[in-house]
Amino acid sequence: MLKIDNLHVKLEEEDKQILKGLSLEVPAGQVHAIMGPNGSGKSTLSYVLSGRDGYEVTEGDASLDGESLLEMEPEERAAAGLFLAFQYPVEIPGVGNMTFLRTAVNAQRKARGEEELSSAEFLKIVREKAKELQISPEMLKRPVNMGFSGGEKKRNEILQMAMLEPRMCIMDETDSGLDVDAMRLVSEGVNALRSPDRSFLVITHYQRLLNHIQPDVVHIMSNGRIIKSGGPELALEVEENGYGDLLAEAD
Amino acid sequence: MTEATDLDVREGVDRETVETVRNMGSYKYGWDTEIEMDYAPKGVNEDIVRLISEKNNEPEWMTEWRLEAFRRWQTMTEPKWAMLNYPEIDFQDQYYYARPKSMEEKPKSLDEVDPKLLATYEKLGIPLKEQMILAGVEGADEAPAEGRKVAVDAVFDSVSVGTTFKDELAKAGVIFCSISEAIREHPELVKKYLGSVVPQSDNYFATLNSAVFSDGSFVYVPPGVRCPMELSTYFRINAENTGQFERTLIIADKGSYVSYLEGCTAPQRDTNQLHAAVVELVILEDAEVKYSTVQNWFPGDEEGKGGIYNFVTKRADCREARAKVMWTQVETGSAITWKYPSCILRGDESQGEFYSIAIANNFQQADTGTKMIHLGKNTRSRIVSKGISAGKAQNTYRGLVTMHPKATNSRNYTQCDSLLIGDQCGAHTVPYIEVKNTSSRVEHEATTSKVDDDQLFYCRSRGMDEEEAVALVVNGFCREVLQALPMEFAMEAQSLVAISLEGSVG
Ligand SMILES: Nc1ncnc2c1ncn2[C@@H]1O[C@H](COP(=O)(O)OP(=O)(O)OP(=O)(O)O)[C@@H](O)[C@H]1O
Ligand SMILES: [Mg+2]
Repeated sequence: MLKIDNLHVKLEEEDKQILKGLSLEVPAGQVHAIMGPNGSGKSTLSYVLSGRDGYEVTEGDASLDGESLLEMEPEERAAAGLFLAFQYPVEIPGVGNMTFLRTAVNAQRKARGEEELSSAEFLKIVREKAKELQISPEMLKRPVNMGFSGGEKKRNEILQMAMLEPRMCIMDETDSGLDVDAMRLVSEGVNALRSPDRSFLVITHYQRLLNHIQPDVVHIMSNGRIIKSGGPELALEVEENGYGDLLAEAD
Repeated sequence: MTEATDLDVREGVDRETVETVRNMGSYKYGWDTEIEMDYAPKGVNEDIVRLISEKNNEPEWMTEWRLEAFRRWQTMTEPKWAMLNYPEIDFQDQYYYARPKSMEEKPKSLDEVDPKLLATYEKLGIPLKEQMILAGVEGADEAPAEGRKVAVDAVFDSVSVGTTFKDELAKAGVIFCSISEAIREHPELVKKYLGSVVPQSDNYFATLNSAVFSDGSFVYVPPGVRCPMELSTYFRINAENTGQFERTLIIADKGSYVSYLEGCTAPQRDTNQLHAAVVELVILEDAEVKYSTVQNWFPGDEEGKGGIYNFVTKRADCREARAKVMWTQVETGSAITWKYPSCILRGDESQGEFYSIAIANNFQQADTGTKMIHLGKNTRSRIVSKGISAGKAQNTYRGLVTMHPKATNSRNYTQCDSLLIGDQCGAHTVPYIEVKNTSSRVEHEATTSKVDDDQLFYCRSRGMDEEEAVALVVNGFCREVLQALPMEFAMEAQSLVAISLEGSVG
C-alpha cells in the first residue's frame, strides 16, 4: 500500500534537513505505529506525504499502490485514498463543518468519476457517523474546528476520516488531548474502519492508544529516520524505559 | 434552524435561481415579436432627452423634469475623488436609448453564443434550455413560470420587458410595474416621490440619469401591507456601446414591508459600457425595506479589456419614526464600481443596515461603501463590509457615518474586513466619521488579512482543488453577509464568489 523509500526532505526556505533517509512499508490491511522523540520529524513526514508546501524532497520516493505521491497535488493524493488526521486541525471561520464535509466528500467523488451524494444521503450518513463519535448536531453546524476543544477537534478529524473512507489513513497524535472515553470512541471508530484493503499509520507518543488499536508493526523514529522496527512489544519497551537505550543502540 | 433544513434550503435555492431565469425567458418571447431594433442616435442633447420621453409616452411634466436635469448636468463636472483609475468617458460616444436587438441578430444556435458566457451560466447551475433563453438563442423554448413566488421585472437594455404576478400583487394593493408605466398610471405617486431621495442635482451621474433614464422598476406598498412575495428586477445590458440608466423608486408606506432583489448580468464585450442607475427608497413610519443586489456585470477580461463602468446612486430615506432599511449587496462584476448605498435616518429610532461583499479580481477596481446619515434621535446603524481583492485588483471601502447634533443617543457599528489573495492586489479602507453630539457613539473595526495557506492546505488535503478551497474559505469570510441575503440569492451569490475568483490562485 504505502511505500516510503530512502526519503530525504529539507525545508524549502532554510537549509535544514529533517528527513534523512526514511524507509517504511505499510502493506494493505495493516496498522503501523510510529513513535519517536519530539522533533524527530514525524509530523513533517505526514505533511510531506499529504503534499503540504514548504518542503523539498532531495532524495528518495514515497508511493501509494506503486504510484509516486510526490508529483501529485494534495487533492489528487486525497482522491487516491490518502488521508491525514492533523496533529493540529485547522480552524476555518465562517465555513460550516457540514458544508466542509460535504464539499470534501463530493470533491473526492467527482475526482473519482462518481456521482455526488444528494443532501439527503449525505445527511443520513453524517448523522450516523457523528453519533458514533458522539459529535453533537450543534458541532456539525459550527464553523470548522472554531472554538472546538482539543479533544473535539481530534474527534472531528476522525469524523472526516470516516466520511471520506480513505484507504491509507495517517493519524498524527490523534490521541493527544483525548480523555479516556474519547480515546475509546476514537479507537472504536478506527477499528470499525479496519479492513483488508485499508491501512493505518498511527503516530503516537503513548502506548495506551496501541492497547485499543492493535498495531502490526511499531517503528521508532529519531532524527529523521526509522531506527528500529518491531512488534507491539516495542511500544511497551518505550513506555517503560524511554528512548535512551534505543537511541544509544542506533548510534 | 436544524442542519437538515440548512442543507435542504441550499438545494431549494438552486432550483429557485433556475426558475427566476426561466421566468425571464417567458417575457423574451413577446418582446421578439413586437419590437424591432431601435437605437437613438449616439450622444446626448435636449432632442435625445425629448425622444426618450416621447418613446416612453410620458406626460409633459416628466419631459420638463428631464430637461431641467439635463440642463443642470451640462454645468456639472465628473467627480474624481474616488480611488479609481479609468480613461475619460466620452459621454457623446454612447447610445442613450436602445431597444433589444432584432431577430436577425440573434444567435441561431448555441454554437454562435460566446462559450465563456455559456460556461458562466453552466456554473451557475442553469440548465441548457434556460441558457439558450438567456443567451437569446432563437426559438429557445419558453417554459411557463411554475408557481414561483418571486415577482420579476426584467429590464433588457433600456426597456422593461415585463412584470410577473401583477394581478396577485394588485390584490394586496401592491403596485409593481416599470417606472415608465408608473409615470403614466400613477403620476401622483411619482410626482410626489421621484427625486425626493436623490434630488436631480445630487451628483454628476444621478443628474445624468434623471435626464436620460429609460426605464426601471416602481414599487408602492400601501400602509400596513406585508408584500406577499419577494419582488425582483433583473437587469441585463445587451446592446453594444449603450449606456444603461435605470431608475428605481420604491415607496413603503406606513407599517409595510417589502423585500426587493436586484440581479444584473451583461454579456462579454471588449468595449466598456456605462451603467448609471439611481435607486430611491422612501420608507415611512414603521415600514421596512430589504434591498438586495447581486451584481455580476461583465468585469472585463483577464487583461482588463472591456467591462461595465458602474456608477450607481442608491439611497434610502427612513423618513419617519422606526423606519428600517437593510441594504445587502454582492458586487462581483463591473470593471469599475462606484457605489455607496446610503441611509438617511431621519425618523426617530429609525435603523439602517448595510451588508456588503465586494470582490475585485484581475484589473477590476471597486470603490464602494455606504453613508449612514443619522438625523433622528435614537437611530441605529450597522455596517458589515467584506472586501476581497485578487489578481491586480484594487478594492476600496469608503464609508461615511454622520451623527447630527439632533441625533442624540444614536449608535453606529462598523466592521470592515479585507481579504487579499496574492500580492499584487490592494485593499483600502477610508472611513469618514463625524459625531456632532455627545450622547452618540460610533464604533469602527477594520481588519486586513491574507488567505491562509494552512486553511487552503487543510481543504485540499480533504480533496478540494485549489479554486474550490479558495472559494470555500472566501465564502466563509463572507458568511455574515451571505446570511443577510434572501434565500433566493444566497446560493447564486455563493456560486458567483467562486466564479469571480477563478484563476486568482496558482
Ligand atoms: N517550517 C519549519 N521551520 C523550521 N523548522 C521546522 C519547520 N518544520 C519543521 N521544523 C523542525 O523540524 C523538526 C521536526 O519537526 P516535526 O514537527 O516533524 O516533529 P515531530 O516528530 O512531529 O515532533 P512532535 O512529537 O513534537 O510532534 C523539528 O525540529 C522542527 O522544529
Ligand atoms: Mg508532530
